[in-house]
Amino acid sequence: MKTNNATNANRVGSFFFQYAIYFVLVFLVLGITAIDPSFWSINSLHDILLQSSTRAIIALGAAFVLITGGVDLSAGRMVGFAAVLSASMLQIQEYSHRFYPGLPDLPLWVPVLIAIFVGLLVGLINGVIVSRFSVPPFIATLGSMVAVLGLNSLYFDMKPNQSQPIGGLRPDFTSTLGSGYIGSGVYSIPYIVIIALLVAGLVWVIFNKTILGKSMYAIGGNIQAAIVSGINVKRVLLYVYAAAGALYGLAGVMEAARTGGATSSYGNMYELDAIAACVVGGVSTAGGIGTVPGVLVGVLIFGVINYGLTYIGVSPYWQLIIKGLIIIVAVAFDIRKYLTKK
Amino acid sequence: MPENKFILEMNNVSKDFPGVKALDDVTLQVRPGTVHSLMGENGAGKSTLMKCLFGIYSPDAGEILLNGQKIEINSSRDALDQGISMIHQELHPVPRRNVMENLWLGRFPVKSVGPIKLIDDKRMYQDSIALFEDLGMDLDPHVLVGSLSVSKIQSIEIAKAVSYQAKVIVMDEPTSSLTGTEVDQLFKIIQSLKSRGVSIIYISHKIEEILAISDEVTIMRDGKRIGSWLASELTTDSIISKMVGRDLTQRFPEHHNIPGETVLRVEGLTSPFSKAFKDVSFDLRQGEILGIGGLVGAQRTELIEALFGLRTVSSGKIFIKGKQVKIKSPMDAKKHKIALLTEERRATGIFPVLPIVENTVMANMIRYASPYFLLKQLPMKQDVQQKIARLHIKTPSSETQIKNLSGGNQQKVLIARWLLTEPEILMLDEPTRGIDVGAKFEIYSIIADLVQQGKSIIMISSEMPELIGMSDRIMVMCEGRLSGILEGKNRTEEDIMHLATKFMV
Repeated sequence: MKTNNATNANRVGSFFFQYAIYFVLVFLVLGITAIDPSFWSINSLHDILLQSSTRAIIALGAAFVLITGGVDLSAGRMVGFAAVLSASMLQIQEYSHRFYPGLPDLPLWVPVLIAIFVGLLVGLINGVIVSRFSVPPFIATLGSMVAVLGLNSLYFDMKPNQSQPIGGLRPDFTSTLGSGYIGSGVYSIPYIVIIALLVAGLVWVIFNKTILGKSMYAIGGNIQAAIVSGINVKRVLLYVYAAAGALYGLAGVMEAARTGGATSSYGNMYELDAIAACVVGGVSTAGGIGTVPGVLVGVLIFGVINYGLTYIGVSPYWQLIIKGLIIIVAVAFDIRKYLTKK
Repeated sequence: MPENKFILEMNNVSKDFPGVKALDDVTLQVRPGTVHSLMGENGAGKSTLMKCLFGIYSPDAGEILLNGQKIEINSSRDALDQGISMIHQELHPVPRRNVMENLWLGRFPVKSVGPIKLIDDKRMYQDSIALFEDLGMDLDPHVLVGSLSVSKIQSIEIAKAVSYQAKVIVMDEPTSSLTGTEVDQLFKIIQSLKSRGVSIIYISHKIEEILAISDEVTIMRDGKRIGSWLASELTTDSIISKMVGRDLTQRFPEHHNIPGETVLRVEGLTSPFSKAFKDVSFDLRQGEILGIGGLVGAQRTELIEALFGLRTVSSGKIFIKGKQVKIKSPMDAKKHKIALLTEERRATGIFPVLPIVENTVMANMIRYASPYFLLKQLPMKQDVQQKIARLHIKTPSSETQIKNLSGGNQQKVLIARWLLTEPEILMLDEPTRGIDVGAKFEIYSIIADLVQQGKSIIMISSEMPELIGMSDRIMVMCEGRLSGILEGKNRTEEDIMHLATKFMV
């Protein structure tokens, strides 16, 4: 990547384009600090990371699909479904409105794995629809997005719950995957930040060091050439959508743990946040391009905007306008790296 | 004042590309109201000349005169405004819209309703009808274009050209997808165009057709104009010898192949599509280069893509080393040690934004798989480095994006990709297309080397010197059928050309 673009453009400009999103992040942090210096604190960092963790995992899932040249609209609703599923099985015995009144305390990992597995299953179905039936990813996942919301609402509306928000979650759940941390005081690191980093590490290894990863970039880069090269395109797509689904499942579980509850409206529009973070982080919606550090920076940019602009008292309506502009400007800049000069 | 002798003149046009003189002092002079055919082998420079006419390329030297006036053309829009129009071989209509909307696209007649301008459907319909009647075409302006045959769509294009007041219409292989009666229809339309004083530049490989319809013929070869003749002075044989009559100036590496056992045997391979290949049978022996010759549209690419599992086959058998095999996907082909270098390097070969390393290992990553799913990075990098050195791939590093390399070096990376799969049979589709002369020789050397190592090669080429210079045997196809296999030393381009046009009407 270093030799990229070295010709004719001047060095400084080329350097700027290459790392444009990092500059945006630094600029945002400095700008907010200039307005209110108290923003510059371990506390802010702590809160931003906490909020960004589940977002990062969803965005990494979305990146899997985007790199193959697809798009996954089902992310948000799958997060919601996984949150409701895991929460429904992890309430304390004393809670008055239990989802499953007679259910004994399950080992923590059972509901967690069930939720992740359901995510994986829905992802697998997405994969089958896209790869075997050649339905365009936008349509396939639009369909599953709607269907999963229906499924989640049905489940959420079952007796005796009947669409009551699920509360009274077990403390071992909410602390392990939610509010818990190692260390103490300012030097603490929340568990969910660690989980997000581990997931990011794992995804980085998949993207860069495995046959699956290289095949993904190949499919996104030139699907015809991938077919000719004898890559099993259908199988790779199946794995990609399944992996993305599993990540959404995990993110849903963490979202339930972090907030201490769940409703069927959880995860609404998260897929768009995830895609926005990806494209701001340099993932190409045309496929074939994208890195894990890029996605993480993309997520952090939105984390800083959400937290920082609220911190300095910018109205949430203005925040939306700023977010929208950043998506457009960041991509308009980033795309210059890849425009072929004619 | 008398009319000009020529309606269109392209005088002394030259065009250089890096390493190739695509056009060398070419002159084309077209008389009003005549059909002037332009002939030459693939790569003779016909398309380049037409691209200069339409401003897609700007010629390095020469001038273009229309009616004796020097004109400047920078785009096909300019050409259209000057009255020069082109009917392409591949038509691109808007299939979901009707005939008249396609015809008047971009210049719909409008009527004013107060301050608003609306499309005047009624006038558009009447204008269309008038135009079709005038040209003797039987077309309903309201029919969806997607439901029409190629020949009708072509008629719309011709009508469109006439509606632009075209004085010169270029037709590029207009009959390549027409049936016999449709060709007759087209010829009638051409006659009616001539009687209106419109000139046609007619590009085709079909010699009989050229002799039937042309007034004059210009023949090109290797970017040069060989000459222009009245069609009545020419015969099929004289055209062929004028098209190919040249010395073998290109050089090929010395190679003395000693073909061994039959490694691949194809029996009666037939495509389910009627216009594609049918009943093709041939053998490929170990350590030989089997060339496949033929004109554009002879279904050569389709044939070898079928052998590679990229296309479906309705009947026929494939044997590898005497054992019948089924090849349904490139994955199957790889298992049988077959490799395919495709014709369209950009469309189906390279992964433009990925580094050379990925581009090289992509067909054979399993070779570097370790337990725990991780790829062994070191052997991968070493193999790629070794291939870069062996094939003399010129690149700043193995991490460079392949799109930044020259065509020849991209091609070498793709050859490296397939060599890593350790194939026994390599199928090369136009391996030197779009590559400069120096890199061509290197690729010939690589091919010769592979045969020395006992690999078997199938090479499609439209460049006859390349076919003759490299192949042990040359199999020629025409209209999807095998028209003959040429063996021995004394093969000539005339032989190939005769076989390549054998089944043409």
